[in-house]
Amino acid sequence: MNILIAGVGGQGTLLASKVLGRYAVLCGKDCKLSEVHGMSQRGGSVTTHVRIGDRVHSPVIWPGAADVILAFEVLEAARVRHFLRPGGILLVNDVKILPMPVITGAAKYPEGLKEKMLEDINGAYFIPAAAIAEEAGSSRAANVVMLGAMCRLFGFDKEKMVEAVTDCAPEKFRELNLKAFALGYERVK
Amino acid sequence: MKELMLTNRAVARGAYEAGVKVLSAYPGTPSTEIAENFVKFDGVYAEWAPNEKVALEVAVGASVAGARAMACMKHVGLNVAADPLFTAAYTGVNGGLVIVVADDPGMHSSQNEQDSRYYARSAHIMMLEPSDAQEAKDFTKLAFELSEKYDTPVLIRLTTRVAHSRSLVELGEREELPLRPYEKSVTKYTMMPASAILRHQVVEERDVELANAVNTMSVNRVERSRRGSKIGVVCSGVVYQYVKEALPDASIFKVGTIYPLPIKAIEKFASTVQQLYVIEELEPFIEDRLKAAGIKCRGKEIFSLQGELSVLKILEKFNRSVPVPVPEKVPGRPPVMCAGCPHRGVFYVLSKLKLTVNGDIGCYTLGAVAPLSAVDTVLCMGASVGMAHGFKKATGGESHNIAVIGDSTFLHSGITGLINAVYNESGITLVILDNSTTGMTGHQDHPATGKNLKGEKAPAVLLDDICRACGVKDIAIVDAYDIKAVEEAVKNALASKEVSVIIAQRPCVLLDKRVRPTVMVVDGCRNCGKCMKIGCPAISRTESGVRIDPVQCTGCGVCAEVCPFGAIKESER
Repeated sequence: MNILIAGVGGQGTLLASKVLGRYAVLCGKDCKLSEVHGMSQRGGSVTTHVRIGDRVHSPVIWPGAADVILAFEVLEAARVRHFLRPGGILLVNDVKILPMPVITGAAKYPEGLKEKMLEDINGAYFIPAAAIAEEAGSSRAANVVMLGAMCRLFGFDKEKMVEAVTDCAPEKFRELNLKAFALGYERVK
Repeated sequence: MKELMLTNRAVARGAYEAGVKVLSAYPGTPSTEIAENFVKFDGVYAEWAPNEKVALEVAVGASVAGARAMACMKHVGLNVAADPLFTAAYTGVNGGLVIVVADDPGMHSSQNEQDSRYYARSAHIMMLEPSDAQEAKDFTKLAFELSEKYDTPVLIRLTTRVAHSRSLVELGEREELPLRPYEKSVTKYTMMPASAILRHQVVEERDVELANAVNTMSVNRVERSRRGSKIGVVCSGVVYQYVKEALPDASIFKVGTIYPLPIKAIEKFASTVQQLYVIEELEPFIEDRLKAAGIKCRGKEIFSLQGELSVLKILEKFNRSVPVPVPEKVPGRPPVMCAGCPHRGVFYVLSKLKLTVNGDIGCYTLGAVAPLSAVDTVLCMGASVGMAHGFKKATGGESHNIAVIGDSTFLHSGITGLINAVYNESGITLVILDNSTTGMTGHQDHPATGKNLKGEKAPAVLLDDICRACGVKDIAIVDAYDIKAVEEAVKNALASKEVSVIIAQRPCVLLDKRVRPTVMVVDGCRNCGKCMKIGCPAISRTESGVRIDPVQCTGCGVCAEVCPFGAIKESER
């Protein structure tokens, strides 16, 4: 199982991957995660790779091999959609964050990205994760809302996922994250 | 239960279990987390050194004193530490000495893509390369054993995809080792010609001994194809993992000792396959050695010298009929200075004054990006100062240039450049962007922050005192958010014929927890776009005027300072 998490630096892709890694450990599976630190984290595009299986070698997912893409922003979903395998699931947080070239007017935020992805990809889902997270208490928990939705869409073991969220979330935000997870889970029926 | 562990943490764990007592490092992606994790163990000493040369010298000192010791750095840091490295190969060790170097193929967070494996060969220092976290821990422990057994420093090479991946690790117990007795030996530890000539012979004998020994070490292993494939692949590190997925039928020679290479064992392996490939990232390091030994193989004639490899890239080269998906053409999202970054206002001023800016390595390298587009040159740690001096000397002092460096980078290697500028009278102006941290690598302390690696209180060196001691008389200290003060200081400094230093102070906004009122656009915005020139990610332009995102805004007020119509004000709370 290959899960690619894509977002903008600072959106919490690392926490999401840690939860999935913990889930793999709880399930007794082999697991590898690959993350990017340093310069790219300063508001740039970031991807985190999660691979779970009986025996995992490469820590990095390659184009055409992702079973799931969790995209925390619409443009970032479009940037990595070629990683999705045929029949894979693309779950997108339906928000737009303007990149600097768009802010300065050097580029335009492409129109109709969402519509095109919905048309091209059968397993594409867009959810307002930031707004749902706000219901849970903070828009910053959008990453965990996405995990909740993914857990249901992919038939993950809910109890183990909840345990993984509990283990990985900082104590101060544990309740908030568990609520965000539950709301995300409920959202995709 | 095994633990899912970042490889850098696994290296730290390996060092802990191996009984390491002293670790010294300078932060650098992708190596930083080794020191950060090692310091968390009880009964060890770990520190941030001001640069990698010092870090390695500290580790060599601890080794000679009898302790197991480690120095960690990124690839370009090894250039800085190269001086002690080459001669430590001669002195050998007392307690085991291991140097971890993390390369960055693909340049995720680096200014070049150098292949540090060549250091092992030219310095005659054994090098091991692990391929995941468990191996990183095991190889670290092995490295200490080999270091003591063969009286040599040992290098461990990581690459970004190994250092920054997490995989399962089995924990072990720490081996508590007594200090080995230190015995004075001028012929071993005092490297002057008479003794170094003798030690060079020892190095050569050690090389021969190790070159034989590696052929039977278990870290060099053959994985034979069960399906009788005719293809054999020689690989190491993360590339081994890619090969396992891309070519499951191939026979593999997994190299654990990059230097010396197990040439005899590979020769034997080569004789059992019809076609031998060497798959490696960056330079043809292994391939060239095999060819020199008369082993026929293919490598860089099919694979690039640049960037990272991947499972897909290997599949493609072996003509597997894999569909290669085409990426969508969408606008890029380059990294940017954070909203509220104290560097922003300074670069706005330098850009406005149309100065040639000799920049340096850190978050402020982003001052080169549009719309600020302020930075002209970036070379290596500390180069801003020397290059600014060179500009002045080349143009007879006429060049309209200024040097910009961060606080951590100044302490790392900017000071000697400043002494040179004073001594050789170039009259440069240097701006030290003092954000009280090592920013880009994720907020590490340094000698001027008042805290050590453990987070404990430590003596803080004062940047202005250092500049004064270097002979600089013209020193101005300004608030980086006060762009009028910054502009005035820059103009004054440029007017002076002497070397001037401006210290622009403000803690990194990601660390500055003080709550300031955010700003908002009030009536009077004429949509002139002036505030867009500071490149703040919180500000965007709509047809009706400018909008400031209250979630991202930190209230630094730089946009309000540049607004010619007073249309940006503190928002009401």
